Amino acid sequence: MAERKKSFSVLLNGLIKENPTFRLLLGMCPSLAVTTMAKNGLGMGAAATFVLVGSNLVISLIRKIVPDKVRIPAYITVIATFTTIVQLLMAALLPEINKQLGIFIPLIVVNCIIFARAEMFAQKNGPFLSVLDGLGMGAGFTLAITIIGSVREILGAGTWMGIPVTVNLFEPAIMFILPPGGFLVMGFLVALFNKLTNKKDRNAECETGCGVGCPGCSKAVNGGEA
Amino acid sequence: MKELFAILIGAMLVENFVLTKFLGICPFLGVSKKTSTALGMSGAVVFVLVLSQAVTWLANEYLLVPNKLEYLQTITFILVIAALVQFVETVLKKLMPSLYKSLGVYLPLITTNCAVLGSALIFVERDYTFVESVVFGFAAGLGFTLALILFSGVRERLETADIPEAFKGMPITLIAASLVSITFIGFAGLIIS
Repeated sequence: MAERKKSFSVLLNGLIKENPTFRLLLGMCPSLAVTTMAKNGLGMGAAATFVLVGSNLVISLIRKIVPDKVRIPAYITVIATFTTIVQLLMAALLPEINKQLGIFIPLIVVNCIIFARAEMFAQKNGPFLSVLDGLGMGAGFTLAITIIGSVREILGAGTWMGIPVTVNLFEPAIMFILPPGGFLVMGFLVALFNKLTNKKDRNAECETGCGVGCPGCSKAVNGGEA
Repeated sequence: MKELFAILIGAMLVENFVLTKFLGICPFLGVSKKTSTALGMSGAVVFVLVLSQAVTWLANEYLLVPNKLEYLQTITFILVIAALVQFVETVLKKLMPSLYKSLGVYLPLITTNCAVLGSALIFVERDYTFVESVVFGFAAGLGFTLALILFSGVRERLETADIPEAFKGMPITLIAASLVSITFIGFAGLIIS
């Protein structure tokens, strides 16, 4: 019974409590770059989820064989393999979305979310839980970037998933689908997310394992230097 | 020569990596709190970008294309970049300890900087020659530096500003980034031919 409860909480963890985009602020590049349309958010989310689940599974299976010293290149190779698979699949099955996402599909390799989950979770847990974690984190990422995409598409282009929704309400402001709009919408959504959820554990960010390169961990590098 | 200049200005201003292409956002937000750290990180990025553009271009042209292995580009590039960063770190440590001291902490972070892999993928997409892709890497690095230093100035001001509770930290930083990004839209009309 406890076992089932644990798997369930692992699965739900990524949706809100540790939402990779809004809470951990990981994987910002794709969250900002491809979210000019809600549909792109969904596509990107699906691709990243596939890579997350696959790499979490394989890494948790090989975690005991790989020596600690070469673990980073080993994980990168695993992640790059799954990214290549998804790249080829997208090109074959969804050529239109693939064109929109462009180089951000191969750039899934350097998406901090995936590496952080490998380090934080898959390295320490069995395959079953790791797959659940991958699914949960992937769902959280997909949800977040679909929301960003929806807000930007509605405000900037007046459509949602390609359907016009604001015909007589207001004139869409093109700024929202341009780069500044990405930063702006993201900023307001993170603030909203902070407001709605408990802010207490906000500082757990630095243990995400992706080093100090991620925005959530800026304290580590700046604090250390000061 | 004219094409190279166009690439230089284009990659630096018109399609600034950070503010209009969203590449390298993580270090942009992560290390822009102080101008001194921003300078160190930018130096490391320019250095690695130029080297990695040269090495990945050679790997692509002489290993992948002749053997029809283009589908392995992502894996090859990321491994080449990771190895290169490691190599640069070791060499600098041995030969130029002072430079290593100022860039050292930032080097390991660069492997996961999407600007580096991103520019490798872009030269493939645009069919750049060797010189063009190296210039492109250099210009992209300069663009990154420009954005990072400008933004670190803005952030130093933000430190003392009175900000609503929910906006503290990342949200206000993102909104400030949005304003800085608007200024770069001004370059969009710049066409060099």
